[in-house]
Amino acid sequence: MTLLSVENLAVHFHTRAGQMRAVDGISFSVDHGEILAIVGESGSGKSVACYSLLNLIPQPPGKIESGTALFEGRDLLSMQPDTLRRIRGNEIGIIFQDPMTSLNPYLTVGEQLIEPLLYHRNLNRQQALKRAVTMLDEVGIADPETRIHSYPHEFSGGMRQRVMIAMAMIAEPKLLICDEPTTALDVTIQAQILSLIKALQKRRNIAVIFISHDLAVVAGLADRVAVMKEGRIVETGPVNDIFQNPHSDYTRTLLASIPSGSKPNLPQFCEQPLLVLDRLTTCFPNNSGGWLSRQKADKKAVNEVSLTIQRGEILGLVGESGSGKSTLGRSILQLVPVTRGSVIFDGIDLVGLRQKRMTPLRRRMQMIFQDPYASLNPRMTVFDCLAEPLLYHGLATRRTVTAQVLALMDDVGLARAAIRKYPHEFSGGQRQRIAIGRAIATKPELIIADEPVSALDVTIQAQILALILALVEKHNLTMLFISHDLSVVRYIADRIAVMHRGELVEMAGTETLFANPGHDYSRKLLSAIPALSTNPARSTRPPTELA
Amino acid sequence: MENPHSATLTQEQGSSLWRDGWIRLCKNHLALFGLAVIAFFCVIALLTPWIAPYGYEQQDLQLGASPPSAAHWLGTDIFGRDMLTRIMYGSRVSLLVGFVATGVALVIGVLWGTVAGYAGGRVDAVMMRLVDILYALPFMIFIVLLMVVFGRNILLLFLAIGAVEWLTMARIVRGQVQNLRHQEFIEAAFSMGLSRWIIIRRHLIPNTLGPVIVYTTLTIPNVMLLEAFLSFLGLGIQPPQSSWGLLISHGVESMEEYPWLLVFPGLALSITLFALNFLGDGLRDALDPRASKD
Repeated sequence: MTLLSVENLAVHFHTRAGQMRAVDGISFSVDHGEILAIVGESGSGKSVACYSLLNLIPQPPGKIESGTALFEGRDLLSMQPDTLRRIRGNEIGIIFQDPMTSLNPYLTVGEQLIEPLLYHRNLNRQQALKRAVTMLDEVGIADPETRIHSYPHEFSGGMRQRVMIAMAMIAEPKLLICDEPTTALDVTIQAQILSLIKALQKRRNIAVIFISHDLAVVAGLADRVAVMKEGRIVETGPVNDIFQNPHSDYTRTLLASIPSGSKPNLPQFCEQPLLVLDRLTTCFPNNSGGWLSRQKADKKAVNEVSLTIQRGEILGLVGESGSGKSTLGRSILQLVPVTRGSVIFDGIDLVGLRQKRMTPLRRRMQMIFQDPYASLNPRMTVFDCLAEPLLYHGLATRRTVTAQVLALMDDVGLARAAIRKYPHEFSGGQRQRIAIGRAIATKPELIIADEPVSALDVTIQAQILALILALVEKHNLTMLFISHDLSVVRYIADRIAVMHRGELVEMAGTETLFANPGHDYSRKLLSAIPALSTNPARSTRPPTELA
Repeated sequence: MENPHSATLTQEQGSSLWRDGWIRLCKNHLALFGLAVIAFFCVIALLTPWIAPYGYEQQDLQLGASPPSAAHWLGTDIFGRDMLTRIMYGSRVSLLVGFVATGVALVIGVLWGTVAGYAGGRVDAVMMRLVDILYALPFMIFIVLLMVVFGRNILLLFLAIGAVEWLTMARIVRGQVQNLRHQEFIEAAFSMGLSRWIIIRRHLIPNTLGPVIVYTTLTIPNVMLLEAFLSFLGLGIQPPQSSWGLLISHGVESMEEYPWLLVFPGLALSITLFALNFLGDGLRDALDPRASKD
């Protein structure tokens, strides 16, 4: 039985640059007790489509141009704002992507939870609080009677997302819209949240619209999938059909972009390793400076990590956020002060090295950052950005620099015509290409790549990974590849190091680790990977156990 | 600057951000108009001794205060001095004070704020406490002390005003830099091995330009009025020399009988301020590559 049926919905944004068709005439429906996943890359209009149903898009510049959305026979789009408000949060619940920003930091969790009950259900505070406690218990928050009086910042990211789910579910909606609810979360937490959503959906028999960019997440969860691209739905079907038998080219591209399998051949290592870490420890002082505040115990972000990286090797470094993997990368490059231990790069200990001796070494080790929007100076053109390291380290003269920059742009696959453009004129993937170009400009030997593809869409991610692999081979680079995404690391790395709470818990060859994880935490990480990507070459082999 | 190639770098930057900025500024007609007005006023101020219709101390006590006429286009003041001449001479002082004192404030403030914000920690604490102490010092006492020690001198006036105005600038820039410092592109520049000075000059300062330019255009009129205030107290310029601020404050006294004594210097100041604001807004947009291109 159909709960929500959307016909020919079109939402356009009218901006100064012209009209943008965010949603361009889409139709879909959700039945009672069904999970519909809407999948697409960022900018494909999947969020806009769902937000416009609840009148949550900014108008103007947005405008709903046409369409109907029948929710139990009532058209949401032509409804009076007052009527719609009674449906929003009451009959249709919504969970947002970022649990950090979607809770009010100044109100206790309890206050926020009971809001919809007081408003929609006319319960008194006592009854509402009681219901809130039950709800928190149901979403798996331990000790709900005490926790209900906590503030959002006292919860971890995953717990906060549980609170958000409780908030969306407390008024017992018939339809739950989840907008990338696990994108901001670590992989083990993601697995817990997904199973929670699934369990709640089963128990209450509600309908769910699950918006995601990640096909792998969707595979184990949804009943039906709609694939969106540039404001249109290119394909809809039961989840098995989509994965086994995709009809549209775009779906096939999406499926092929999921990193699968591992690097075929291991490189031949020579004897002397390029980088040796010996009991490297990095602490952060617990106060923020100033004379008057007392020094508290330091937090050990990286604790006694020892490892070696061979020349020509790609070492994957995995762990959850807060495990100290980024700090380890920065400690190697001496971007944060190291507390103890040594970093021996090509026979030279970098720890405590004078700046004068460090500067020429910096040319030989470079970093690629996670966020291509923050890692490029917004006031420097591509040319400035790529020419700076060349000129500074004396690798180019003013006469040769333009040719060298152009060659570099060819190397990373940027159009030569873009040389005078500024970063904001590029897409995320192109920006990451600029950042990679800057990192390889000085012909370094070691590159620390800190989550270089996490901020990118899946098809772009595949392109950038291919680029990195090609460059590693071409320039004989050694790389420490930091990522929280095991399937990406498996695709690119020769060996994998697993970090947990600042310590290195396991280090093994990629396939050895996947086949036979030695440490409890590694096993936990591996089992948390969404179903699709645990199985290499899934896109070419029919998935049998998906149903 | 331990690197011989840094000189090349600076020129290279000059070729992009500033050149692109100039091209974009040229497309902004309002800003160009502002620039033209200011340039016009500056030229007039420079040429005043040669083109002024009368001498600045030339009085005509018989004439007294007379409204605009063919002989005196903007009228005369109560001593029969030609107002056009006085405004022209006044512009020399006002524009000079405005630009020089603001320039002083700009240079000290931006450098101080950037260094404090970038260094962080104790250096930052010491530098910013110094700013706080200077803030707390009563401005008048500071100026009077300077005047007492060094005597009355127009250069001192510039310095004194500049020395006070840079405090706010330093705070604004420091806040900006603190935000920028943790951005990855600064870390990227550092990991590239660039020296701190080059990071400050090439990566930090250009990214603070927006608020700095806006605050600068607000500082210039402030400084001009401050000069008038000091002159009014007898600490700055003395008649028969004049400045716009001085003319306005005298004009206010006889506003009801001789309105032209207030209107014309006021008009000169207002036009300059408008022009500066147009130019400032234009510059801010022109130097921000992300601003919309229309």
